[in-house]
Amino acid sequence: MMRFTMPLVIFLVLAAFLFVGLGLNPREVPSPLIDKPAPAFNLPQLHDTAKRFSPEEMKGKVWMLNVWASWCVSCKEEHPVLMSLAQQNIVPIYGLDYKDKREDGLRWLAMGGDPYTLSAMDSDGRIGIDYGVYGVPETYVIDKQGIIRYKQIGPVTHQSLRETILPLVAELQKK
Amino acid sequence: MKKLLILLFCLLPVFSHAGEAQDMAADPVLEKRMIGLAEKLRCLVCQNESLASSHAELAQDLRREVRDQMAQGKDDQEILDYLVARYGDFVLYEPPVKSYTLLLWFGPFALLLIGGGLLYYQLRKRRQTVQESVLTPEAQKRAESLLGEEESK
Repeated sequence: MMRFTMPLVIFLVLAAFLFVGLGLNPREVPSPLIDKPAPAFNLPQLHDTAKRFSPEEMKGKVWMLNVWASWCVSCKEEHPVLMSLAQQNIVPIYGLDYKDKREDGLRWLAMGGDPYTLSAMDSDGRIGIDYGVYGVPETYVIDKQGIIRYKQIGPVTHQSLRETILPLVAELQKK
Repeated sequence: MKKLLILLFCLLPVFSHAGEAQDMAADPVLEKRMIGLAEKLRCLVCQNESLASSHAELAQDLRREVRDQMAQGKDDQEILDYLVARYGDFVLYEPPVKSYTLLLWFGPFALLLIGGGLLYYQLRKRRQTVQESVLTPEAQKRAESLLGEEESK
């Protein structure tokens, strides 16, 4: 009896581990920036390059920083979700136009609509590196003290908004 | 005209070259140091490639960043810390020993110990059962006589 139970137990344990492993997404690397202050920057704005934007200005507000680019395919998928979120006026969305040409970025927003309060231009991607960006789109939820509370890797979906982002935003806004 | 075109196509390989070393630093020593460090780092876009061999745009940017920081006189550890602070331990091909990586680092040795222990236990048990079946002198004699009979038949 023991002869068969031991191999069976080992097999089942292994199978359970592998099964769980199948469901994990290796592209989602946990960010070390969660619960850390959002890295500072000071970048020109996309629509008016004479003006600049810095996360400093957002102290006291809960906001979202969405990293996007006109060349990013998944951003197309995400765009309508952000548009509908912007219309609900729950939380301001700021854009970081990552490694993009200004004309392309402006054209993209003119075509699909602009869900952002404003977008900052990270033309050479250095600020992206500071935020640990590796797969656009990425979205950060930043609290009133300027601390990153959540990072969404890949497109924001109606599901992730409903289940994770909006409840978190509501909780942070109460504080 | 056709001949000219063929000639042009034949010349094409002369003018085109593989883009491996496109973004080289002016200083070859620094470049070598950068590549040496980048080989220990994982590219986050194509996760099974090192930062040194990846052609992803982010990898190029990160190589530029590493190169710039080396030029500023930062040592390797400072640069690793910089990258880990942004991308997590995931960028390191060799995970650091931490409370949650103990199993990863020492699990195989624990398994080896458990396996060795089980093997020792089994072998001892087997030796005991073998010893237990040693025959008493009378039984031995009887067995011999029985076997002798068998042979004489």
